[in-house]
Amino acid sequence: MKKSVKVAGATANYVDERTGAAKWLKKNLTKVFPDHWSFMLGEIALYSFVILLLTGTFLTFWFDPSQREVVYNGSYLPLSGVHMSAAYDSTLHLSFDVRGGLLMRQIHHWAALIFMSAIVAHLFRVFFTGAFRKPREFNWLIGVGLLTFGIVEGFLGYSLPDDLLSGTGIRIAEAILQAIPVVGSYLSFFAFGGAFPGTAFIPRIFIVHVLLLPGLFLALITIHLMLVWYQKHTQYPGPGRTEKNVVGYPLMPVYMAKAGGFFFVVFGVTAFLGAVASINPIWLYGPYTPGQISAGSQPDWYMGWLDGLVRAAPPLETHAFGHTISWNILIPGLIIPGILFTGMALYPFIESWITGDKREHHLLDRPRNAPNRTALGVTSITFILVSLVNGGNDIIATHFHLTINGIMWFTRVGLFVLPPIAFVVTKRICLSLQRADRDLVLHGKETGRLVMMPNGEMLEVHEPLSDAKKWTLTQHQLPEALPAPLPPSATVGLKGKIRARLNRANAVQIPAATLTDLKELGDGHH
Amino acid sequence: MKRISSFRRHRIAGPILVVAALFTIGTAFGVASALPSAQSTMTTGTSTLVSEGKAIFLRGCSSCHGLHAEGGSIAPSLIGVGSASVDFQVGTGRMPMADMSQQAMQKKPVYNAQETAALAAYVASLAPGPSSVTNESLTYERDGNSALGGQLFRTNCAMCHNFAGQGGALTNGKYAPSLMGVEPKYIYEAMVTGPQSMPKFTDATITPQEKLSIIKWLQAANHEQNQGGASLGRVGPVTEGLLGWVLGLGLLIGAAAWLAMKAK
Repeated sequence: MKKSVKVAGATANYVDERTGAAKWLKKNLTKVFPDHWSFMLGEIALYSFVILLLTGTFLTFWFDPSQREVVYNGSYLPLSGVHMSAAYDSTLHLSFDVRGGLLMRQIHHWAALIFMSAIVAHLFRVFFTGAFRKPREFNWLIGVGLLTFGIVEGFLGYSLPDDLLSGTGIRIAEAILQAIPVVGSYLSFFAFGGAFPGTAFIPRIFIVHVLLLPGLFLALITIHLMLVWYQKHTQYPGPGRTEKNVVGYPLMPVYMAKAGGFFFVVFGVTAFLGAVASINPIWLYGPYTPGQISAGSQPDWYMGWLDGLVRAAPPLETHAFGHTISWNILIPGLIIPGILFTGMALYPFIESWITGDKREHHLLDRPRNAPNRTALGVTSITFILVSLVNGGNDIIATHFHLTINGIMWFTRVGLFVLPPIAFVVTKRICLSLQRADRDLVLHGKETGRLVMMPNGEMLEVHEPLSDAKKWTLTQHQLPEALPAPLPPSATVGLKGKIRARLNRANAVQIPAATLTDLKELGDGHH
Repeated sequence: MKRISSFRRHRIAGPILVVAALFTIGTAFGVASALPSAQSTMTTGTSTLVSEGKAIFLRGCSSCHGLHAEGGSIAPSLIGVGSASVDFQVGTGRMPMADMSQQAMQKKPVYNAQETAALAAYVASLAPGPSSVTNESLTYERDGNSALGGQLFRTNCAMCHNFAGQGGALTNGKYAPSLMGVEPKYIYEAMVTGPQSMPKFTDATITPQEKLSIIKWLQAANHEQNQGGASLGRVGPVTEGLLGWVLGLGLLIGAAAWLAMKAK
């Protein structure tokens, strides 16, 4: 044995004798994970979070979260002599006078955008494949929490530099806060320590941004990952994959190498964007003063849909008992997001209530095999996309020579009309894909090869699928309608009727091809 | 050479030569007749400039603005708008208007500098108003303060023209144009005359000195290097979000697909 191996062995033994780590590591390092690109979307979010922690720490070395008024005399001449807050001044200093400061700021901001989009992409994957089903409902809830905190965290980061765009965003947040009936103004005074903008807000959100929320993220991400570890990762259906096993590769060495490598890929892409593309050029915006605003002020994309909803709202206000209720802010700014996020959080429980399915699921659904769920997902995405388009209505108007009023009306109508259309179209497409699958299993793949028989008959040769492929296309279980004589409790009252109706809709499915179907087609008959 | 000399005797050489000669003469005549009679205007004095401007006005503007520039149902009166307004509107090609649906848009000027000056002189002769300026008369480099200009710009202009002068949307298809690459004199004239939807910034609201500062800041913004890399249009988070999704997440999903493929 080589000397180095001996030394390593002795060291490992030394540690093991004192910690008993070998047994634990042996068990866990060989843990198997399934392999699919869509399982790496959450990883992108995780690695962006690590990048955010690292770059964010760098930024805190120079950032001064204070609204104390200073006069700028740094190296960016167009702002020389301008009065501004210390927060803005230190961000300028960080951008122009700290080596690598601007790059770090830009990596931090790009990583934040990618963090949020990776979370959303991961959410789509989990939703459309039904990965949230029993036993993973808690993890779904944690995910919804992470998404919500991510939106808040991103918004606070956008607000910290105290440039004109930041202040505009805070002003809108203040307006939404004030729109809460009765207590709104008190909440606003509480949050800002007096009238807007005051001097307390930036120091407060700084602590929330760099301590409170990152701490919460760390805790929630840890639980999120521990649950994945404990409950095992879900897998796509395929030959040899069951509800009781996990087919894939061991953590050590395959995933250690892959995940480690992928971290550097994520870091590389964010660093690349940070190096070549300007993001939030705060020096162009100038310092915030409540008397100024720029045309085309937008939030970052993950808040853009909210802004779009607020922009679409007609001017509705009521005055009652000495209080003003601004429906135009309250509905798009609080009520609709509240409904969307509550619905999203409760969805696993709602679906299981509708289908009556209380079983554990470790095999994922192919989205087409759950047409109602897939259609609902596309419906929600359509709603958010229409709002998001309206969030950028002024930029779209100037760059595509459209009228801003036209886009607003498109949104007002589209928010109600397009999502239902999206539902029907998606459901039809899903059912058609199911039919296509059935056809493929029964008749095989069309090869495009024409053969002329001795009697002159022309035939197209169909190539039968492999058994593995056939299995993948037919393994899913159809959602069953609730048993015909429903238990009396199930259909009583309005709630029961709604449930029965939704359940019937959910059971509309194209049956997968069975062995009997195949045999019937079998002998000689094409 | 040999090919040309042999072609000389070809039987279609004659007709081709005639066609070429006709084409050359025709083009030359067309160009010559399209050129304005520059010689004559060069030497005229103010009164002839006014009468010349009036002639152009009657020909090109009066159908909307009225025979005496008194305005009509579709166009405003031009009495008292001053030469600054004419220089801005005609010099940037906004007038004559091509499309009356939204607002006059910047295009290739229809009248040249001489004709514009004549029109401006005619309109200025109707009643006193803000006078046109030249780029040379605007000593913004010497008298302006770009930091002050930036503050004035953000207070008075950015709400329509965007924080970096990139332009922005107004109601019903109207818009505040981009100020990038606009000549200083047009910016000055726009401020004093308030064209289209733009408010008028009189010398009492923003002093001439401050106007020079705004111009200086705009020139700086115009030539400002993109400090952090590609500017993405300087329109804020919309393009940033688009790039984050398409390029950022796009590349990463590509990498994930590639990694998952390798394991097979």
